[in-house]
Parts: sequence; C-alpha cells; structure tokens
Amino acid sequence: MTRPIDLDTQRFKEIVRGKVREGLKKYITQGEILGRQGREVVSIPIPNLDIPRFRHGNKGSGGVGQGEGEAGQPVGKGGDQEGGLAQPGDDVGQHIREAELTLDELADMLGSELELPHITPKGDSTLKTKKLRYNSIRQTGPKSLRHFKRTYKRALRRLIATGGYDPKTPVVIPTHEDERFRSSSEVVLPHANAAVVYMMDVSGSMTDDQKQIVRTESFWIDTWLRSQYDGLQRRYIVHDAVAHEVDEDTFYRTRESGGTRISSAYNMAQKIIERDFPPADWNIYCFQFSDGDNWGEDNTLCMQKLQNDLIPVCNLFCYGQVESPYGTGDYLRELKKIAPRFENLILSEIKNREGIYESIKTFLGKGK
Amino acid sequence: MATSISTHRQLPAELREVQLRTEEYARSYGLDFYETIFEVLDLEELCMFAAYGGFPTRYPHWRFGAEYDELMKTHMYGLQRIYEMVINNDPCYAYLLNTNMMIDQKLVIAHVYGHCDFFKNNAFFSHTNRKMLNQMANHGARVSRYIDRVGYEQVEQFIDACLSLEDLIDPHSVHIKRAPDISAMPHAALLRDDDFEYLATEGKFPSKGYMEQFINPPDVLEREAKERKDREVERVKKRSFPEQPQRDILQFLLQHAPLRDWQHDVLSMIRDEAYYFAPQGQTKIMNEGWASYWHTFLMTRHGLTDAEVIDYADHHSGTVAMTPQRLNPYKVGIELFRNIEERWNNGQFGADYENCPDMKEKARWKRDTGLGREKIFEVRRVHNDITFIDEFLTPEFCAQHKMFSFAYNPSADQYEIASREFDQVKAQLLNSLTNHGRPFIYVVDGNFRNRGELYLQHQFQGVELKQDYARDTLINLQKLWARPVHIETMIDDKPSVISYDGHTHQTKTK
Repeated sequence: MTRPIDLDTQRFKEIVRGKVREGLKKYITQGEILGRQGREVVSIPIPNLDIPRFRHGNKGSGGVGQGEGEAGQPVGKGGDQEGGLAQPGDDVGQHIREAELTLDELADMLGSELELPHITPKGDSTLKTKKLRYNSIRQTGPKSLRHFKRTYKRALRRLIATGGYDPKTPVVIPTHEDERFRSSSEVVLPHANAAVVYMMDVSGSMTDDQKQIVRTESFWIDTWLRSQYDGLQRRYIVHDAVAHEVDEDTFYRTRESGGTRISSAYNMAQKIIERDFPPADWNIYCFQFSDGDNWGEDNTLCMQKLQNDLIPVCNLFCYGQVESPYGTGDYLRELKKIAPRFENLILSEIKNREGIYESIKTFLGKGK
Repeated sequence: MATSISTHRQLPAELREVQLRTEEYARSYGLDFYETIFEVLDLEELCMFAAYGGFPTRYPHWRFGAEYDELMKTHMYGLQRIYEMVINNDPCYAYLLNTNMMIDQKLVIAHVYGHCDFFKNNAFFSHTNRKMLNQMANHGARVSRYIDRVGYEQVEQFIDACLSLEDLIDPHSVHIKRAPDISAMPHAALLRDDDFEYLATEGKFPSKGYMEQFINPPDVLEREAKERKDREVERVKKRSFPEQPQRDILQFLLQHAPLRDWQHDVLSMIRDEAYYFAPQGQTKIMNEGWASYWHTFLMTRHGLTDAEVIDYADHHSGTVAMTPQRLNPYKVGIELFRNIEERWNNGQFGADYENCPDMKEKARWKRDTGLGREKIFEVRRVHNDITFIDEFLTPEFCAQHKMFSFAYNPSADQYEIASREFDQVKAQLLNSLTNHGRPFIYVVDGNFRNRGELYLQHQFQGVELKQDYARDTLINLQKLWARPVHIETMIDDKPSVISYDGHTHQTKTK
C-alpha cells in the first residue's frame, strides 16, 4: 500500500540526487563527511534540504547554555549551526543532523549509495587462516558461554516433565544438568589480503584544500576496502622530486615545496610491493593523487614504469587528479593515452569536494 | 486516502486502564483538558505522523518526506527517540510508540495530560483553531485538487516559494486589533442619524451643544483638518502603502500580490498553518516544563511500582539532561516551575522579599503562604516563554543551574562562553526567544519608487542577516510579487539594501 509519506520521501530523494529541481540541490546541507571520533566510529551528516528564509547570520549571534566552563571556552563551532534556542521546535525533539556509525555500517551505506559491486579477490585463496567459530553446543563450559535460551528450554522441559511447573507463577530455575554451553571449533578459511599504496604529490602546488580532498577520499576508499578484505595493509608515499615512505599521519600533514617527479613515487611503490607484498598472495591497490603537474621529461619514464612494473601486479591502479590553481593537469592527458590498453588503470578528476563521491564510484565501481 | 492511513484502533486494555487512572488523578489536581484520545503507533507510523507535524492528512510536499527520512534514520542509528506526539486539537490526539516499555507509556501518558492542559488553558493558544485536524485535511484536499488542475511541479514550486516566507507573520496580531473594525457600530438601529454626525467629521469628540466649543475648539479642529489633508495629499502624491509598516507580510501579499486564485488559496493555507503553529514556538519552555512537572508529580505519587523506579529515573533524567550548546527547554521549564512553586509556598515574593538587603535572610526566607500551586496554575495561564523568563528567572536560579551566555567569535569561527553574569545571561536568553530568534521584517512600501516594487525593512537588533539565505528568499518573494523586491538591512554595520529584480541581485550601501 502506498502511503502519502512514501510519495513525499520519493520526491525528496529525487531532489537530493539532483534528478529533478536542480535549483534546490545547493541547499542540501553539506557537512564534514569525515569526522572520525574515537577509533571505530565516524559521524556523517544526514542530508536534508533547507528552505531559504530570512535568518540571522553568525555575526553578533549567540545563545544561552548550561554547564561548566570559563568565559572564552568554546561551546560549538560556527558555520551553519544555529545558536541556542533559535530552533522553533514545533512538535518533535531536536534536529540532530549527524549520525554516528561504525565503520562497517558506513561501508554498507557507501556500498549501497554508490552501488558498488563487491570485490572478488583475485587468484586462488593461497593464504589460509584458522578461526574459531562458535558452532556447536556442549554440556560443560564456562558460565560466560552459557547458552541462555537452550538452558532455559531444558529447565522448562524438565519442570514440565516433573510436574513442577505452575503457569501462574512461572518460575524456572535451571540446575547444573540443564545448562548448555556454546562451543567452538576451528575452521580453516581462505584469507584474502589486500594492500593499498597511497601516493600523494606534496609539491608546492598542492594546497591544503586539495589535501583535505585526498584525505576524505582515501578515508572512504579505506573504509570500503576494509569491508571487503580480511586484512588490509596500507602504505603511504609522499613525493615531490624525491619520494619518501611515511606513516599515515605524516602523509596527511606533510607540506613540501619544489618540483615534481612522479617516477620517484613509482620507484618507491615498486620497492614496497616487492618487499612486503608478493603479488601472488596479495590484492594490491595503488591510489595516486596529484594535481597533474610533472616535469616534462619525467613523463616517459613514468609511463614505462607504470606499464611494465606497476599495472601488471595491481588489482587496480587509480589516479585521481585534484584541481589546483597552480597545476597544469598535463599528467592526466599522458595517462589517458595509455588508459584504453589497461582495464585496471582508472582515472578520475576531482574538481571539488562534491566530486569525491563520483570519483570513489569511478575507482571502486568495477568490483576488482 | 484518508482511510488508508487512519489508525483508529482500540487502545490495549492495559494502557486504557493506565490512561483512565492517570486522567482521574490529573483532574483531581486541577488539570483541565479536552477529551484526549490515545493511539498506539509503530515506528514508521509515528515518524510519519511526526514528519507531518502531527497531521497525517496534510498536502503532499517533499519536505515531509525529508523529515520522515531523517526521523527514521536518526531513530535507526539510535540518535534520538520520539516517545510521543500530542496534537493541539479538540479532542486532543496523542500518539504513543508501540515499542515503549510499559513504564515509558505511563510516563508519556502523564506527560501528555500536562500538554493537553496547557493547550487548553494557556492564553497564547486561545486563538488557535481547535478543529485543526479537519482544517489540515481540508487543506490537503484543496492542494491535491490544484495539483490535478495545474500540475505537480507548479504547485510544488509555488509551495516552496511560500514556505520560504512562511514565518513572515505577526504572531501577536491574533490577540490585538491593529486596524479598526469596519463593522463596529452596535445598536445602530436604536440611534438617530444625527447621533453619528461626529463620525462624519473625524477628530470631533461627542459633546452636548453648550460644551461644543470647549470640547472641540474650532481652531484645533481646523488645524487637525489641515494636517489630515496635507497627509492625504502627501500620501496620494507618493502613492505608497501600507500606511504603517506591516509585519504580517503574508497577509500583505494576499491582499496585494498578483496571485492567481489557486495561488491565493495555497498561500492563505500556509499562513493559517503558520499561525496555528506559532504559539507552540512561543511557549516551548513553558509547555515542556509544565508537562514534565506533571509527569514527575503524577508518576512519583501515583504511577510507579517499585520495580519501575530505576527505569523511570533513567528515562526522566534523559529528558532533562543539559547540554552546553543548547538550553534544554524541558530542564529550564520544569526547574523554573518548581522554583516558582517553592518561592510562592515560602512567601519569597513581593516588596518585603525583593527589598530585603540581607542575603542570608533572603536565602532562609520562609513565610507560610502556601500559594505555590495556585501561582503556577496562574503562570501557565497567562505567560509565554518570554514573559515567563523575564518575570521569574532569578540570579539564584541562574547560578544554581550553571547557565551561561555564549557568543559567536568570528576570528575562531566558533561559539564561546561569553558570560555568567545574570543580567547578560537573561538578556541573551530573552533575545534569543524574541521572535524565536528570527529577524523582524516589515513591509514598508508596496509601491516603492512609484513602480510597484516591494520594499521590506529588517529591523536591525544587533545580528545581521545571513546574506545568501536573504538573497534566495528574495528570489522566492519576487516569484510572488512579480515586480522587483528589496530589503533594507545592515551589512557590516552599514545600512544597505539587497534587491532582486527577477534576474540579478544587487547590494547597495544606503
């Protein structure tokens, strides 16, 4: 049965996806897509459409709160938040626009939102792992593994059989004999491992905005791949004219200056793969982010390296080009020349923050 | 359509019993409400009702879908829960969530009776339509008819434009008469024609013949007549209207904008609904405070069994929890009501108390007046949030509840605690409650520059308009007015005018 609300929801979703009423799309409340809190939980904004009205801006605004704190202590960030009691609140609770999710849930949502295919790991499952699975029942065991339902059923059965059960006062007390426990056994599972190598150009022409885009995008890629593989290893490379292997934190923070030699990063990536991830056992992903500026004479070397050493061993080699006020974007053109020959070379241009979704879809949409 | 979403089901016997018992207790303490009908809904239904603002038969519009989507998601991710909804209507309708625990249902039922009493008795609700459920269904049916006639997209776009202006009403106008009533001439048949001669010459007071020249001195009359004439000439020359700045912009548009018949009707519906919902915004703190006061009162005295105490306490404390960014209306409301009750019970009011110079004595003050209960019933009848806070917020209360004001710091792009001083906290609180913290906007001229352009004025009170929103609102306004529209406001401390002529925006410093 169709309820009116379903039609309204349908309409809303069409608007959000930009299928109809293009003009409204800009009111989709944007927020920080990524806001890691703790280790495993992120908050994501729930999209809604704002109707423009005459409203107060931030400047000169304020409100009243309750709690501890000295004058000057921050209580909330600016931006679009409305301060204090400004919400009219005509009937139901407050409007929290952020949901906290675990990474697994997030990956599910990402998958269904972008219609990402699940990844089929390549090759035979060469690596095996042993895992404990609780798949049977025993009569003895530690209390922590007691199977409550079964224990209760046994006790109930015993009571009914002995005539001790009174429906008016249905008290069931299990005895030692009634207790049942979960029990584990070892199962051998094929284990799919994946390695991701991130490369980023940190030459002078990459600004903080672009790095933020890279950061967000690689977070989502991580999240997705992690949901697809049992073990995910990550390596990070930053480069300008020379390349360095760095840890995750440094990867996002470094700011170098100077020229760009992409081949240096490729050399480093090849070295890491040879050292840590024999391609026979690993599903290897390379993601390269750059503004597309490279020293002209380096391009030939890059193409060689890419075609001979990297692309053949990778599940995917993804190149994402962020738009920079300084970069020329030449490198993408070079890659486009060879792209038709390699199914697993994927190119994407990320114009701005909104481009991230499309780009992720391009990268991961092949299910490799 | 209406039948497919109707949820007229019998309340389970167990709940029915709780309802009857709670109702009886509520009445015995003097609560007074319309008949209240409870219905139990599942999560989807409740979210649907909530998305529709409580009225499942409203006109179709995507924003209800958006609301529904958000409610369902926040529910599923465990962010918030709606336990109940109450509709200000006669009879009152209240909806309960079917997955609530029994103790929650009890609490919620008690809470609902608090709301129902408030709806019926608070002065600010006195002009709301108590048959709104029917009215909303009526609106829904009319909009559907227009959709059939002119097409979905067109109606939707027009509603979008109207919603953009929805809050440009004058919430107090329902209580006062801004313009003289034209038909106010009682007992006309009983009077002779010449009794009304004074009405013919405006400005003349009625008088017995021999007092005439003292009560209506001819020179004064002459002067007044001249002034009136000058004003009239001036007005005709300028050809501007309205005479006084008008706050009910929706009404102004209904009267003067070149709308087609269906557009006129849709706009008038949206205006009606805005007026209906306005008092709920004006009394949020009081309404929730009052309902919370009564649910605690009824539950702790009559509702709870021993086994339920912990769950009850847990739920209640969740309701009244404080957060730094946002004043919890439940918390402030209930505490303030209790505070008032205590003060009036102990005689902590009146000149003697106010003027007592000794703080210690003031803190210990106890006169056996026992007027507390009576006082809070009076308060719930005559106050709204602003007068409530203005009248009853005390420095002691402020300090006890650790209230602070916060302000926006542009350099850090964040809100920071500004002060804990009573005067400042109170001023800020009143400020953010005034007009729900929204800007005051008036129509100043409907024939600006003698070219039929619409000129609005933002009454600047220290906070500037959000400019991108203002510009987009002007676009929507222009759709209705069809001629260029302007709004005068402050930008960077300078009086400026933002204009939109149907194609481009212009911002000029005045």
